Amino acid sequence: MSILVLAEHDGQHLRKSTRQAITAAMAWNAPVHVLVCGNNIDEIADEVRHINGVNLVLHASAPHLAHPLAEDVASIIVKLSGNHTAIIAAHTPFSRNILPRAAAILDVGMISDAIEIKEPRIYVRSIYAGNILATVQSEDILQIVTFRAINFKAADKSESITAPIEPVRVPEPFNRSRFISEEHHASDRPELTSARIVISGGRPLGEKFEALLTPLANKMNAALGATRAAVDAGFAPNEWQVGSTGSVVAPDLYLAIGISGAIQHLAGMKDSKVIVAINHDPDAPIFKVADFGLVADLFEAVPELTHTLNHV
Amino acid sequence: MKALVAIKRALDYNIVPRILHDGTDVDIAGAKMSINPLDEIALEEALRLKEKNRIQEIIVASIGTSSAQDVLRHGLAMGADRAILIQTDKQPDQLGVAKLLNALVSREKPDIVLLGKQSIDEEACQTGQMLAALMNAPQGTFASRISLNGNEISVTRETEGGTETLALTLPAVLTADLRLNEPRFVKLPNLMMAKRKLIETLSASDLGINLCVHVKRLKVSQPSMRPAGIKVGSIEELVSKLNASGVLHP
Repeated sequence: MSILVLAEHDGQHLRKSTRQAITAAMAWNAPVHVLVCGNNIDEIADEVRHINGVNLVLHASAPHLAHPLAEDVASIIVKLSGNHTAIIAAHTPFSRNILPRAAAILDVGMISDAIEIKEPRIYVRSIYAGNILATVQSEDILQIVTFRAINFKAADKSESITAPIEPVRVPEPFNRSRFISEEHHASDRPELTSARIVISGGRPLGEKFEALLTPLANKMNAALGATRAAVDAGFAPNEWQVGSTGSVVAPDLYLAIGISGAIQHLAGMKDSKVIVAINHDPDAPIFKVADFGLVADLFEAVPELTHTLNHV
Repeated sequence: MKALVAIKRALDYNIVPRILHDGTDVDIAGAKMSINPLDEIALEEALRLKEKNRIQEIIVASIGTSSAQDVLRHGLAMGADRAILIQTDKQPDQLGVAKLLNALVSREKPDIVLLGKQSIDEEACQTGQMLAALMNAPQGTFASRISLNGNEISVTRETEGGTETLALTLPAVLTADLRLNEPRFVKLPNLMMAKRKLIETLSASDLGINLCVHVKRLKVSQPSMRPAGIKVGSIEELVSKLNASGVLHP
């Protein structure tokens, strides 16, 4: 019996979170099979076969999978489920759309966003916006789990490893759900959830949010993030939101600019290696989690930081 | 057209959760409880569809002990037409909730089922997808915009790097993301009126569902706190600390 990992990609590249999920899969000490779904995705299947720990690549290719829908991917997973002890993925918007659907069809309970495998079938996950850790036990024989990617090191790629690729017979499309369009906010910056440095801003930045943070982000090759309040106010796009209802990040360096530190925001970034907070309010709760705090006027401090880094 | 909106009673957004002495669960006795904020957004969206005459009836349903009546009354006060409580001794896990809701769907035959994308207590993000699976219906999760066109609903959903738009044939299940709308405030007279409305109460066995536990909670604990760091006096000092920590240049 083996472990099935659902891979995620953007049509061109495998997401780093898939390699983190592959590391989580290795905890079972069983063969790791990775399911790659899409259309004309030979290159991605080829990328997966060279990842450390992968024993088999399951390649599901069909025209209707060009924009994979939860209904269609779930039915592929259900079809493959019989050969597997566990079906897992990173807890990304992609996977958490699909895996619960597959779990319900299989009459299996699901563990979401696990941060640790304690022992077989026992997992730790964070609840209540990161304020509480719950230890939960799955009572099913088949385990269906999404993992918090940042808690697992990404499995390495190595040209010396070559797992076989096996085509999967794709079931008929579901048909009552149709892809219409997508909108990607193009950016040359690193992705928020896998960036080494994240710079996040709060509502006090106001209309100057991007004008102030973009030069700094460019300088540091950082991803941009935001608080819910800054997104709600329209200063930053939705997908920048860091926190319990947005993305959870854990970069090497997290710069919180004008962020007071609401618990819902802290839940999304408190596992960062180094946290820097710049805020005009010396009593802001963010200073309780920051390694380095600076009380300063944001509109002076941020340009000064950008300028100083120029000369380092 | 008919909408079913599933709402959960959860610890209020502003309350910091505490742990029971025996460490088995979070202590919610006496704590302020509210409708899960994302479920409130789901209900608001149904109300807006009704105000545009796109749907005629809204049912709110909740699952839990009799205390879940308060969130149902909140739903009625917001403008739902009927309220149903599926009474259970304790909160079932997500698959259990999906099974109960699916049984209610078979009885009520709604065209649209709306829920929040996740609850703020458990944060599992499963129930809507599981319900859609059991109904064998299309799903539009993490919705930030919807529009109803005849027998189809178009759903713009939040993805990792932006949005995508899908067209779903009804009946369909939708889960609300934060940006779908801003729920209305409940007016006091509406709340008073909602107190007099009838809440239908059903049990799992009324719905023919035998609940079993798939995911068992063994214990809860407090995560370790991050130690507070230091305050620096200037940008210059900050940059030299960052340089010394090695985090700027790996």
